Amino acid sequence: MTPIRRKRLMYVVLLLAGVGASVFFASQAMRENLMFFYSPTQVEAGEAPVGARYRLGGLVLTGSVEREAGSIEARFVLTDTQAQIPVSFSGILPDLFREGQGIVAHGRMRADGVFEADEVLAKHDENYMSPEVVEALKAAGHDPTKGDPEEYQRQKP
Amino acid sequence: MFIEVGHFAVVLAFALSIVASTIPLWGAHKADARLMALAVPAVRGQFVLIAVGFAALVAAFIDNDFSVLYVAENSNTALPFAYRIAAVWGAHEGSLLLWVLILAGWALAVSIFSQSLPVVMKTRVLALLSWVTLGFLSFLLFTSNPFERLIPAALEGRDLNPLLQDPALVIHPPMLYMGYVGFSVAWAFAVAALLGGTLDSTWARWSRPWTTVAWLFLTIGISLGSWWAYYELGWGGWWFWDPVENASFMPWLMGTALIHSLAVTEKRATFKNWTVLLAIFTFSLSLLGTFLVRSGVLVSVHAFATDPERGAWILAMMTIFVSVGLFLYAWRAPYITSVGKFNWLSRESLLLVNNVLLVVAAITVLTGTLYPIALDWLKVGKISVGPPYFNATFVPLMLPLMLAMGFGVASRWKRDSRQLLNRLAVASAVAAALGLLFNLVVVENNSVLIAVSVFLAFWVLVTAAREPIQRIRSKGSVAAGIKSLPLHLHGMVVAHIGLAITALGIAVTSADSAMADEVIKRGNSATVGGYEFQFMNIEEVAGPNYDATRASIKVNQGREHVAWLYPEKRIYRVQTSPMTEAGIDAGFTRDVYISLGEPVGNDSWSFRMQVKPLVRWIWLGTIFMAIGGLLAVCDPRYRRQAKRKAA
Repeated sequence: MTPIRRKRLMYVVLLLAGVGASVFFASQAMRENLMFFYSPTQVEAGEAPVGARYRLGGLVLTGSVEREAGSIEARFVLTDTQAQIPVSFSGILPDLFREGQGIVAHGRMRADGVFEADEVLAKHDENYMSPEVVEALKAAGHDPTKGDPEEYQRQKP
Repeated sequence: MFIEVGHFAVVLAFALSIVASTIPLWGAHKADARLMALAVPAVRGQFVLIAVGFAALVAAFIDNDFSVLYVAENSNTALPFAYRIAAVWGAHEGSLLLWVLILAGWALAVSIFSQSLPVVMKTRVLALLSWVTLGFLSFLLFTSNPFERLIPAALEGRDLNPLLQDPALVIHPPMLYMGYVGFSVAWAFAVAALLGGTLDSTWARWSRPWTTVAWLFLTIGISLGSWWAYYELGWGGWWFWDPVENASFMPWLMGTALIHSLAVTEKRATFKNWTVLLAIFTFSLSLLGTFLVRSGVLVSVHAFATDPERGAWILAMMTIFVSVGLFLYAWRAPYITSVGKFNWLSRESLLLVNNVLLVVAAITVLTGTLYPIALDWLKVGKISVGPPYFNATFVPLMLPLMLAMGFGVASRWKRDSRQLLNRLAVASAVAAALGLLFNLVVVENNSVLIAVSVFLAFWVLVTAAREPIQRIRSKGSVAAGIKSLPLHLHGMVVAHIGLAITALGIAVTSADSAMADEVIKRGNSATVGGYEFQFMNIEEVAGPNYDATRASIKVNQGREHVAWLYPEKRIYRVQTSPMTEAGIDAGFTRDVYISLGEPVGNDSWSFRMQVKPLVRWIWLGTIFMAIGGLLAVCDPRYRRQAKRKAA
């Protein structure tokens, strides 16, 4: 083999080894760490996996946020205007968490039908709603962007 | 009135960029000196005109001219002066104008500092940069015009997003854009060289300083973003593997591969094909990043509402710039000959390992970022790929990279031997000793991964420091030793030490951070990570454009008083959006961090308390990296070469 060929072969072997290893790691990591999104309607219909972590998104039902005095645990209801799912969360809620606001909760469904969130995400921009929540609401027959399209479509960098 | 002048200037710049991108290129093709001579004044004219447009927008912000739609949407009379200027790039349209201004600035810089370049080459580079300017100017004017009037004018503006009202965010976008856009110069040099068919090591030497400058700005930009997220979002995280972060990190990884590959092409006249491809791909990833952030295809904390038209524009531009590059590459590649031969154990091979690992790392980040988007388009389902995926794929690639770094620095070009191991015997012993000491003394919750990372960080540190130390020993004095080391090698040493510092910061912060969310009654305290947080008082305070609830927290460690912290919850008056302002006691060895939650009744509040050891090292290391880049660029060899050519 000429030195140039050998060098080329080395290129190819190294690249293949690198790509192969990364594909292996990536597929392993993907399998364990993908999280699917479900709307309250889908959860109620039993489409969400039992026992697995997933993301639940919807609007925080007005008047549903409660917490015992002196406790860090907050309970609220997420809705897509069709179905309602009770959620429990222990920790600091994000700044933009508010009743009527679209949020996404990461967590698992408990046996008693309460979704136990370990992470709650609200968006940076007050006027902004997660595209997933918007679609979930649309699917439930309520288009949040219809009200004031300007409000939801403001661009931020 | 002034805003129309600005708008008109930008339209003129657009017209000029059409001229600048075509006629000089034709001139270069026909070897017509008069047509080629058009390139330099046209590029300078573009810069002046875009600068006028930018100044007009800045003036509108300073004047609170709410008859300009963009100003009305992103400013307010109560907004402090500095933030009124920063608000220029606080949203899509204005930041795009800043982008174009920086692009024109890069082209201007090339026209000034490339006096020694052959006229044809220089003309091609400038014309190609004008193509990029043309693309972005048309995007700006046709889809995202910041000069649009609002009639009737608003009485008061909607204010800048409170999250952006922060000193780091004032300089973060310009730095990031300097990096993103700077890679267009590397792309232009590569494509110009392909056009001319002169892909030699001289080309690499011209391209190198530009690429390094872009890289160092991108380094600073990403680091500032990370630091900002750390203290401003109130979560205490410094990297979230958020798609928008990834959008800036992918070109950084590819750019890092590029600056190393350029070194091989310049010094050894080999890796030419690879280097050209890297230059094309680095700029493509910059454009891809722009597309991801601006089009709204992303599901992320940063996700901005969708505008398919804008996304389509950027996608089209990306397709054009990439395919032109790749088409020319396919046409020219068969004629590119890499003359340098090298052994399997040589600096070339080790830099090849570096390149492969960095490119593969960029690909895994790309996969994780695009996978959810692809699945969504295919209607398979809505998924998100979280930090665990990125940690599981990215970290295993970085460890061998750090191992290779140590060998790479000490190895010889072309051919090395078993002696490489002998040369590094002392260094590896020192690294092992320091790593062991650090693992035992500093790291508390150790694991195999953390311990290995710490050893490798010291390996990188010691092998980098070995260069100047050897010079000092052979010259007999510190001054003479330091002086005998060329500036670009100083740059390498400093940048590699920076990486080691960042790696140590990441390892220790990940292993030993303590965090707890707790409810504290006024007067009581909670203990986290050995620090006692005593909740002393809570009060209302008023800022210039916000009202805040501020808690006073006394932090003690054992019996010793450490600091007073004042975490706040701010409500910005105009957008009525709440914002958490964390209380942080920053230190070289650890940060003590507390953010205020909400009142839970009974005179109690919820708090998030964190102790983060060595977290500052993460950003400290990036400062070293940037300084390293700066030193490398300042090396007189680039200028010396320039003079020799001119003479």
